[in-house]
Amino acid sequence: MKTVLLIESVRKSFSVGFIPKKKEILKGISLSVAEGEIFGYLGPNGAGKTTTLKCILGLIFPDAGHIELFGRTHLDPESKERVGFLPENPYFYDYLTAREFLEFYGQLFGLDKNVRDGRIATLLKTVGLEKAAGLQLRKFSRGMLQRIGLAQALINEPSLVLLDEPLGGLDPLGRKEIRDIIIRLREKGKTVFLSSHILQDIEMICDRVAIIVGGKILSQGKLVDLISEKVLFTEVTVSGVEEKELAALGESLTTQAGRTLLKVFEEAKIQDILELVRKREGKIHSLIPRTQTLEDLFVDMVKPQ
Amino acid sequence: MTVKVIALNTFKEAVRDRILYLLLFFAAVFILFSRVLALLTVGDRTKIIKDVGLASISLFGALMAILIGTGLVYKEIEKRTIYTLISKPIRRHEFLLGKFLGLVLTLFVMLLAMSLVFLALIFFYTWTIEWRMLAAIFFIFIELVLITAVAILFSCFSTPILSSLFALSFYLIGHFSWSLELLIKKIRPGAARACLQILATVLPDLENFNLKTEVVHGLAIPASLFFYSTVYGIVYSAFILGLAILIFRRRDFI
Repeated sequence: MKTVLLIESVRKSFSVGFIPKKKEILKGISLSVAEGEIFGYLGPNGAGKTTTLKCILGLIFPDAGHIELFGRTHLDPESKERVGFLPENPYFYDYLTAREFLEFYGQLFGLDKNVRDGRIATLLKTVGLEKAAGLQLRKFSRGMLQRIGLAQALINEPSLVLLDEPLGGLDPLGRKEIRDIIIRLREKGKTVFLSSHILQDIEMICDRVAIIVGGKILSQGKLVDLISEKVLFTEVTVSGVEEKELAALGESLTTQAGRTLLKVFEEAKIQDILELVRKREGKIHSLIPRTQTLEDLFVDMVKPQ
Repeated sequence: MTVKVIALNTFKEAVRDRILYLLLFFAAVFILFSRVLALLTVGDRTKIIKDVGLASISLFGALMAILIGTGLVYKEIEKRTIYTLISKPIRRHEFLLGKFLGLVLTLFVMLLAMSLVFLALIFFYTWTIEWRMLAAIFFIFIELVLITAVAILFSCFSTPILSSLFALSFYLIGHFSWSLELLIKKIRPGAARACLQILATVLPDLENFNLKTEVVHGLAIPASLFFYSTVYGIVYSAFILGLAILIFRRRDFI
């Protein structure tokens, strides 16, 4: 696998306050993204995700460290030719219409008029904004801005797409559509680097993830390697059985409207519960084995910080 | 190429800004108002029309350059539109030059519109087209180019309101710095005079671009003045832009 993006011990601090005080945002970030994968960059708010992206794109200059795009320095305009970027909460020239907006970005890449027209038509269709092509961006909703932003990031048919919180602020349908577009990008052999603080997004589509907390990368690797398949516990909801009788079998979490939610750690005890319920002529409402999720891993890592 | 694309987009941004039309409207009102002033004048009335008209063009042109120019770069950073731009294969100085040229183009078009109103007013008063006025307007344009560069320089690191104040100060200082020369002549040689002399050299002299008196009174304009003032404007603008690029090149966009 070729390495598309390489970051080596990047540090960045900002001076804040009236009497400037240095605050270190990135404390030596290293990661690498291989060609053709969807790489998830996961971390809580303020962990340094956006700062990392800005370093990659040359919007800010790292204090130390080294960044490479396609084996060249990241500030080289030639490497930027092959990169697409969607910022978090994108704001664009709101006096332009959707078509003019894409036209402008197409021109920045020096695309010919007919290439541009073709791409713009395809992209507007991909992101579902065909009908809004002639509308000024100031009249766009949050979700529409996100879509036109994605279209803008893809205008040069980039090999590497960097997305900062691409699913933020979208409704469930919008999230699904953007997710589908991202998966389609991978199918076309593109590399996607996306940052998010929402675990489900990453869990559903990413091949590999890096978890960043407080400016440090705590863990990096394939999703399957990071989280174990082992059943941690089983959640059982029962009714028609006295709560007291269940106490010995598992940890009772809540009782509502006669239903008790139990957390059972040993598999043998599940049989006992089933026995008991049958004897008392009660009812089992649900039985869910819980494996470790990215969320658990995440919570475990964030806690000690 | 990218410079041209950004310049044209900046032009589009400026001409879709309402403030431009407000200023253009008031400029037209002031130019036409000179006709009313002429009625109150004893003596040559055309001179008043020309004087007030040219002064209005100069003042409102400067206001356009300052009010739009100071917001140009700052707004891009503040509204984060610059994020997607700098992440494209654009060098930072290309971005800044594009912004500068876009505003220069806008000012050129606005100057053209104001000149039309002005020349039409004189035409309906005297029934002649005063081509000589264009010489004065050309130098107003050179001055506006310089003021645009200054506005963009301040816009690179400061808020629009502060930048406007700075740029306006530059405009005022530039037009009154000639009085320093008068002061120097009146002061005895010594430390104070040396300081004033340094100040007089460093401060811009925008009166170099003021050919209004010569044009209005029909005096001869020496070719050397034409040459010297044009070169002065270009060199000064290039210097200010260079400074802006230096600041902008290493800036973090947070």
